[in-house]
Formats: sequence, structure tokens, C-alpha cells
Amino acid sequence: MKTNRINKLYADMKSKYSIFLVLIVLFIISSIVDENFLSLNNLSNISRQISVVTILAFGQTILIICGMLDLSSGSVLALAGVFSVSAYIKTESIVIALMVAILVSVACNIINGLMITKFKAPPFIATLAMMTMARGAALLYTNGQNIYQIGDYIKLGQGFTFGIPTPIVFMLVILFTIWYILKHTVLGRSVYAIGGNEEAANASGINVDTVKMKAFIINGIFVGIAGAIFMSRVNGGMPNGAVGYEFNALTAAVIGGTSFTGGIGTSLGTLAGSFIVGFLDNIMVLTRVNSYLQQIIRGAIIALAVIYDIWAKSRRTKGTLGKVQAKSK
Amino acid sequence: MNEGIKLRVSNIEKSFPGVKALDKINFAVKKGSVHVLCGENGAGKSTLMKIINGIHQADEGDILIDEKIVKIQNPIQARSLGISMIFQELNYIPEMTVEESLFVGNWPKNKYGKVDWPEIRKRTISLLKKENLNYFPETKLKDLTVSDIQMLEILKAISYNSDIIIMDEPTSAITQKEVELLLKKIKELRDRGKSIVYISHKMDEIFRIADEITVFRDGCVVDSRVKEDYDMETVIAQMVGRKLESNFPKEDIQIGEKVLEVKELTNHGVFQDVNFFVREGEIVGFAGLMGAGRTEIMRALFGLDEYQSGEIFIKGKQTKIKSAKDSIQKKMVMLSEDRRRYGIIPVRSVKENISLSNLKKFIYKGMLHSKEETDTIIDYCKKMKVKTPTIETSIESLSGGNQQKVILAKWMLTDPDILIVDEPTRGIDVGAKYEIYKLISELAKQKKGIVMVSSELPELIGMCDRIYVVTSGKISGELERKEFSQENIMRYATQVIS
Repeated sequence: MKTNRINKLYADMKSKYSIFLVLIVLFIISSIVDENFLSLNNLSNISRQISVVTILAFGQTILIICGMLDLSSGSVLALAGVFSVSAYIKTESIVIALMVAILVSVACNIINGLMITKFKAPPFIATLAMMTMARGAALLYTNGQNIYQIGDYIKLGQGFTFGIPTPIVFMLVILFTIWYILKHTVLGRSVYAIGGNEEAANASGINVDTVKMKAFIINGIFVGIAGAIFMSRVNGGMPNGAVGYEFNALTAAVIGGTSFTGGIGTSLGTLAGSFIVGFLDNIMVLTRVNSYLQQIIRGAIIALAVIYDIWAKSRRTKGTLGKVQAKSK
Repeated sequence: MNEGIKLRVSNIEKSFPGVKALDKINFAVKKGSVHVLCGENGAGKSTLMKIINGIHQADEGDILIDEKIVKIQNPIQARSLGISMIFQELNYIPEMTVEESLFVGNWPKNKYGKVDWPEIRKRTISLLKKENLNYFPETKLKDLTVSDIQMLEILKAISYNSDIIIMDEPTSAITQKEVELLLKKIKELRDRGKSIVYISHKMDEIFRIADEITVFRDGCVVDSRVKEDYDMETVIAQMVGRKLESNFPKEDIQIGEKVLEVKELTNHGVFQDVNFFVREGEIVGFAGLMGAGRTEIMRALFGLDEYQSGEIFIKGKQTKIKSAKDSIQKKMVMLSEDRRRYGIIPVRSVKENISLSNLKKFIYKGMLHSKEETDTIIDYCKKMKVKTPTIETSIESLSGGNQQKVILAKWMLTDPDILIVDEPTRGIDVGAKYEIYKLISELAKQKKGIVMVSSELPELIGMCDRIYVVTSGKISGELERKEFSQENIMRYATQVIS
């Protein structure tokens, strides 16, 4: 009985923490392969580079756990970003600019949520529609032109807070927020339940539509912040920016162990997934891997992550079932 | 050797893991006759038919057609031997047209190897004409009713030139008028020399259509006679004639005030004018055949489905239930018959499954996943004897009985006044069944009103204080404990209300 329990605990640990093991191994290998990798400067650069996608990935994480996803986050980021930039130019207030970014993005995500809950549109299609609309709106608003001369707005993405690069501070605050929501709130528990079995969640007294709306609103807040940071990092309001970022964010979440069948995933896993992609990209650049080859490798890693997820899942159920049956005999 | 026997089943045996589904089954179907198989849910009729149709393989015994042994490995082989089956649950592709559905998998081809559509059209029209049916070849199946599709299935069987047509409870989903049409068609087919095997437990129908009747019980043939030698009472007695297991943990409990009263609850086409009540400490059973509407009534009550009219009173106060959440807040909870679909969140832990309906209760210092939550859940698992390695184990790795206890624990935590349990012991081993009965008794002792829907009559008779019988969406009878008997219940359940 006791050894059984320890075995079980070990299996739990292995499946829960294997992603961090991968991250550590990658970190060690990278440090050995290239001496520049381990420099504080390089590591800080990586963190800054991945911050925008990681923030998007946190939003994707809560949506994927809930059985949904957001294909529109890259476009909504651009739309929120250009509005934010022009708000800053008019008011010269970072706070107002940030609020505008969040408001625009939340509005788009409320529309996403309504399409999915009220009109029962599949999340894939609903957010695909929003992806196209938001990009169009960003281009329409700026007339297709980049907005330059954004003054102190660049501090948001290029400055420091408490001696730490500001984007990283944002990333950590959002990490804490999403961790707290998923782990310690009724909303988080409901998100897991809906993703795990929507009908059973409903029959257990969870208001499925409300929870889905809330998940989209949270995603909206994150995407808005990411929008402001992105524009600040690229020195201007770019309506054509961040194309395909939603897929990078999905990649980070999936590599981090978020399951597309719903009900499984953690914030720290997504952070690890994001860093794995970041480290890998960095080391491939440092060691001058052919850039086309880089793409192939990146894709292969997504495939591996998904195959591992499915394999681990089948083992998890089979393994423990076997044990329970053996015990009852 | 017997002249005129078309299909013979000889000493068929079949086991599934843990159960003997069929034990030495023998019976014979004559040419040009309707042979009715009847028996309770789970008596083995459908399993036998699936063996004849090649979906399952028998462990022992033979199937003979025209008194020659045949081996049937799959439905295609069955079809080539002249056997067609019309299933209880019709599986069809809604987007298909009438003519496509008639020839699916059996397309006539032209000389270039392409599907010969003009030929299909020609054959469809001549078939429809011959059988006197008014369908358009191009109508999509989604625009037809269940009985239309059934008719098409029969048509398909005719087009394959099947001599043996098996129908598994064909009238369970169609209206009385459509039943008439179906029975007429069946008689017509019989007169043309086809052999019909007709599975049903509706007495009225059975006696109108049968030439011969075979009664199944617990995987055995009880008796097989020509209709003239049978009467309704005998058939019912043979269907249920098993001894009652006496070890139910039923306790004498002081019955109190009404906690739930339902008046004239109606969802057109599903159930009509349902009236019943439940009192404190009382276990009220709902008996009926599969598809009678018991589950649907409970689902509407619990807010999972809508209902059109009717009144619900909880503790004397009239109320409307809009959703499951609403119902739970009003202290009425339901253990669903479909545990995988409406009960468990498979990938999540035992702990999360138990606290799901009570999350607010477990927030300490603004946080879930606290020590208090863990302690309470461990406490409940002990009390309900849930066997799990840890409470962090995912619920899908537990056995059915333990999953059921976890769901019960979830509902106990909401401290309900009314507990509806729908097939609480389905798919659960004997030991766990007894524990679930004990928990239900325990809850009744705590003055809760309990509604117990079950297809297992001994379970209802052993546990309940009163039993309502549901037939075709209506309450057809109410029995007090002293009137309980399987025969009484079956008599109500098998009568036809028009």
C-alpha cells in the first residue's frame, strides 16, 4: 500500500514536472554549446523577446483549458496597440494609453465570447472571424500607415521598473495573476471543469456561459497589455505587426502541457513552454542554424509535444487503472 | 428435421467480461410467421439478435438457416444470407437522400465503374411503387420522421431480398398511428412468406402481431409457445419470475411533510401531465420500461431540459427551475444515469470532482486548494468508503462504483433536501451496489426526500416506500409498499395508453 502510494506520487511528479526537466536540460545543453548563452545580457534579452508572446500564451492557456482557443490574439493585439499609441500621442499619459489598449482588446474579446456562448459558434471559427476583422480595423484606423514618433511610450517596452526590464515585470505580474486564478479561484476550478466535461460541469451547477465570457475577458486584458508592450518595443504603432503571434502563443501553451482536449494545463507549464521556445530560438541563432531549418525544428517540437501529451494521457489512465484492478483482486 | 423452419438458434452461449449474457438459447422461427421475443431490459434479447446479425460472435452453439449451419462473422455476411436487422436506435446520415440511403454500400455501377444514378432512381421508384409508399427519392433523411426512416429500413431489407427481418423494439420511438402502419406492413411481409423476429415488451402489440412468442429472462429462454397458448398474465409472470434478493438495507423511517410536489408537468411528445410527490424520509421509486420517459422527467425537473407547462413545489413553495444551478440552490440535486456524460470530469482529481458544486464553501482566506478543503474531502471519502490512492488521483482511474460514490459525495456536500438518483447502480459491481443502497438509506434517515429511478425492479421493490410506474411519458400507476410485486409493476409498465 505504502509503496503503491509512493509510486503513484512519483508518477504524478513525473508527468507534472517533466516539462521543467526538459527546460533545465535544454538550458544546460545550451550553456555548453555556446558560451554567450549564459551571459546575463543574453538571458535578459531572451526574456524580453518572449514577453509579448508569453503574455498572449497565458490568455490562450485559460481558454484552451476551458476547451476553447483564440486565433484573433495577434490581430487584436495590433488593433489595441495602434489605438493605444494614438491615445498616448493625444494625451501623453501612459496610464490612459494602457487603459485604451485594454478596453479595445476586451471589447473584441467580449464579441468573441458572445459569438461562442450566445450564438454557439465554434471558438475556432468565431476567433478566426475576429482575427480578420481586427486586422482590418487596425489597418483602417491607421490607413495602413505606421505611427511613428511615439516619444516616452517606448518606456513601456524598453524601460526598466525596479531595475528589471518593464516587459518582464508585466509578464511576471500576469503570470502571478493567471496562476492565482487557475489555482485558487472558483473561476479557475470552473474553467478546468468545463474543459474536462462541459455537460457534467453544467449539471454540477456551473454557469458555463458566464465562465467562458470571463475567460475571454481575462484573455482580452492580457492581449491589450501585450499590444501596448509590443508597439513600444517596435518604436511605433504598427497595424501590420504581430502577424501569426497567436500561433506562437498556442505553441508555447501546447509545449507547456496544456491539452487541446481540455481540462489540463498550468500557468507555469506555459511559462516553461515559452522559455523552451525562446531558448531554442536563441541557441539556433547563436550557433547559426539555417533559418529555414529553424522553422522545421520548431514545428517538429510542437508535434513532439502533442504526441507526448497524448501518450502520457493514455498511460496515466491505463497505468492507474491496472493498479486499482490489481488491488481489488 | 422440421419442415418450414427458416431460422433456428441452437444452444447459443455468450459471455461478456463478468456476465453470462446468454445461456443455452434455443428457439426456431417458422417461414411466413412473426416471432416475438419479449423480456425485461437486459434479458439478452438484443445480444442474441446481434449474434444473429454477426455483430457479436457466440461463444458456443450454432445458427441454422433452412436447417443448415451457417457461420456469420459480420453484418454483410448476415445480409448475404438473407438476414436484415432494423435497430432500436436507428443510425442514419441526416444529409443522405432516400435513394442514397436505400443503396448505400450496395451501389449499382455502370460499365465505367461509376455509380449508376439513373439506375438507382429507376429502382427506387419501382420499389416505392411496389410497396405503396409515398416518398420522393430526393428527400433528405433529416426531413423525415423516425417512423419514415424505419419504413425505409424495411424497404432496404426488402430490396436485399431478405427472408429474415429482425426488428428491435421498433415502436419505442413512434406514435400510435405510426405503430398501426408498421404493424400492417409487418403482417403484409409475413403473408409474403418472410420471417419476422420482433422484439418488444408492449403486451398489446405483442398479442396483436405474434404468431409465436418466446420469453427471455436473465439470459435464458423461459418458454416458447404459439400465441394461442399464451395470455398476458402468463407472459408477464414469465418475464419477471425471478426471486427477490432480500438483502436490501431498507430502514423504517418516520415519513414527514412533502418536500417535492410536481403537478401536470408536460413536455409535449416526451412526457405529459406528470403528477407526483415526495415526502421527507421517503424513497419514491420510478419504474418503467426503457424509453418510457422517466429520465426525461427527472432531467426537466433538475433544469437540464425545458418543460412547457406544469408546476413544481419545493417544501410547499411554488418554484420554477431554470437550470441545474438553480435546482442545486433550491436544494434539489440529481445523480444522472449517464455518469460519464453528466457526472464526472474525467481528467480532474477526486478532490476537484467532489468540491465542484460547493466551491464557494471551500474558499478560505480568498483561496481554494486550502488545507480545509483537503481535510473535508478526505473526511467525506472515508465516510463514503471511496477507494482511491489519494484524493489527487484523477477520477477516471477509479472503478465505476467508486466514481458513483464520488458523485454522491459531491451532492451530499450541497446538503440537499431532495436527491434524485437515476439508475444509481448501473454498471456497478455487487459489493459497491450494496454500499450505495446503504448511503441512500442513510440519506433518507436524514429526512431527505429521495426519488429513485431504476430499471431493476428488485432494487425498487427492496428500497422504496412508494413506486410510480411510467408508461409512454405518463404515470400509469402508483403502488404502495404492500402492493409491490414485479408482476404488478410490469402490468402497469407494459400497458398501452393511447
